Amino acid sequence: METAVLGLTIFVLALFAGFEIITKVPPTLHTPLMSGANAISGITLVGALLAAGSEQDWLLSILGFVAVVFATINVVGGFLVTHRMLAMFREHRKMES
Amino acid sequence: MNGAVINLGYLGASALFIVGLKGLAHPRTALRGNLLAALGMLLAVALTLFDRRILSLQAIAVGVVIGAVLGAVLALKIQMTAMPQMVALLNGLGGGASVLVAGAGLLERQNGGDSALSYFTVAAAVSGVIGAMTFSGSLVAFAKLQELVTDSSTQFPGRRVLVAGLGAAVCGIGLWLMVTPDPHTVYWIVVGASLLLGLLLVWPVGGADMPVVVALLNSWSGLAAATTGFVLNNNVLIIAGSLVGASGFILTQIMCRAMNRSLVNVLAGIAPQGSTGQGGEDPYVGRVKAGSPEEVALLFDVAQRVMIVPGYGMAVSQAQHSVAHLTELLCSRGIEVEFAIHPVAGRMPGHMNVLLAEANIPYELLKDLDDSNPLFEQTDMVLVIGANDVINPLARTDRTCPIAGMPILDVDKARTVVVIKRSLSPGFAGIPNPLFAAENTIMLFGDGREMVQALLKALKEGP
Repeated sequence: METAVLGLTIFVLALFAGFEIITKVPPTLHTPLMSGANAISGITLVGALLAAGSEQDWLLSILGFVAVVFATINVVGGFLVTHRMLAMFREHRKMES
Repeated sequence: MNGAVINLGYLGASALFIVGLKGLAHPRTALRGNLLAALGMLLAVALTLFDRRILSLQAIAVGVVIGAVLGAVLALKIQMTAMPQMVALLNGLGGGASVLVAGAGLLERQNGGDSALSYFTVAAAVSGVIGAMTFSGSLVAFAKLQELVTDSSTQFPGRRVLVAGLGAAVCGIGLWLMVTPDPHTVYWIVVGASLLLGLLLVWPVGGADMPVVVALLNSWSGLAAATTGFVLNNNVLIIAGSLVGASGFILTQIMCRAMNRSLVNVLAGIAPQGSTGQGGEDPYVGRVKAGSPEEVALLFDVAQRVMIVPGYGMAVSQAQHSVAHLTELLCSRGIEVEFAIHPVAGRMPGHMNVLLAEANIPYELLKDLDDSNPLFEQTDMVLVIGANDVINPLARTDRTCPIAGMPILDVDKARTVVVIKRSLSPGFAGIPNPLFAAENTIMLFGDGREMVQALLKALKEGP
């Protein structure tokens, strides 16, 4: 029960932090925000690694392995495509020069 | 490595995620922000590999390499116009990973005879439901954005009853999961039902409603990760997941407000209701002025302020680079050019901005709805490229029309409006646009890119 309350505390506080930060993101960056945030949600990779490497049960390993593949695509693809997009945003003076 | 050290490292990773997202508040700091978040991810992953529960690295290495190669190829090859599909796909994979990880976590606890199982089964049930709905919903969204499924084929009678029934079934199986002695088996049943539910929910959503769905799925993918964190009792998952959940939720709200629709309406596939005609009489007959690129070029010559309004049509015809050339040419002639971008222009939040950034248009020129509307009255010329509903003045004037009350770009207040469009066919809302027949509007019928290029040619050759 205590674990549950502790987890819930962290969850709610992180939600508040998220609302505070994200409301400050300008509309012009909403697409990179989505792909970048999406890459962050690939954090499930951490759990996937634990399952894939446990060697406790073949079913566990298979679930873990597929999850590792999915989450890694999510993480690598997400951060990389966000980087690609953000690198294109430039300021005025650079266009005129 | 000591568990406390790993958890401290996770704290560092969470901090990097927050600082990284904070960097996205400005285009100047955004690139660094993304790198910091990636660094946080690297830290979390690297530390996890030292966890003593990991006995073998073989399977992990193979999985990571496969995933990294696929992810990198996808990220480097994808065209900017296809970004909505890409994000939908990534959302889905994130949701799918959460489902699998929560299932694995549950199995591990069940095998280990965990005494506090009931709390974890609740968390796993929630994680499985959200994750599975994200997975199947995102794949449907992907298929629709990629145009593998057409919008017209997706309505069928009884869908709402089916969704309600399935929703009830998912709740019921979820409750069963909490009392059964074999939660792992029941977990996969609830996942199966949720997959079907996600599919049915997103199935009828199409076209201009897509930004809402993509944002919503983004939010769910975060929540799925957070709830998986509860199953694994892992704080970095909870923190990162809820940050993403909050982000997607805010975007969903912004999109709904920009369309003046409720989330329930969009998901229920309820098309906006209202009168779609004006007494059956053709509003365009004899009143639409079709122009030629040469005529419009003459107008540009006397303009001082130009606003360009891009819509989905610009993305479809890949016109962004031609638009950038036009902008450069006009700027070099001393004309002030800016872009007015509606929040739901395109198929995902910020879609137009990314396309224009790709074409090297500086972000200072991109104005959002609130910033651009006061500017139209002092604008000599508005150039609309493939937008329709977001500039329809009926939203302001006709209380009975489907888009009544939707915030629009008031382009009709400019001195002259030039609309590049293939035809007079209505937009997603299915209503005529009186702007096209207005006194100060000139239509340029044709493909977005071809028309902009013709305009460029006419401008260069001059009168």
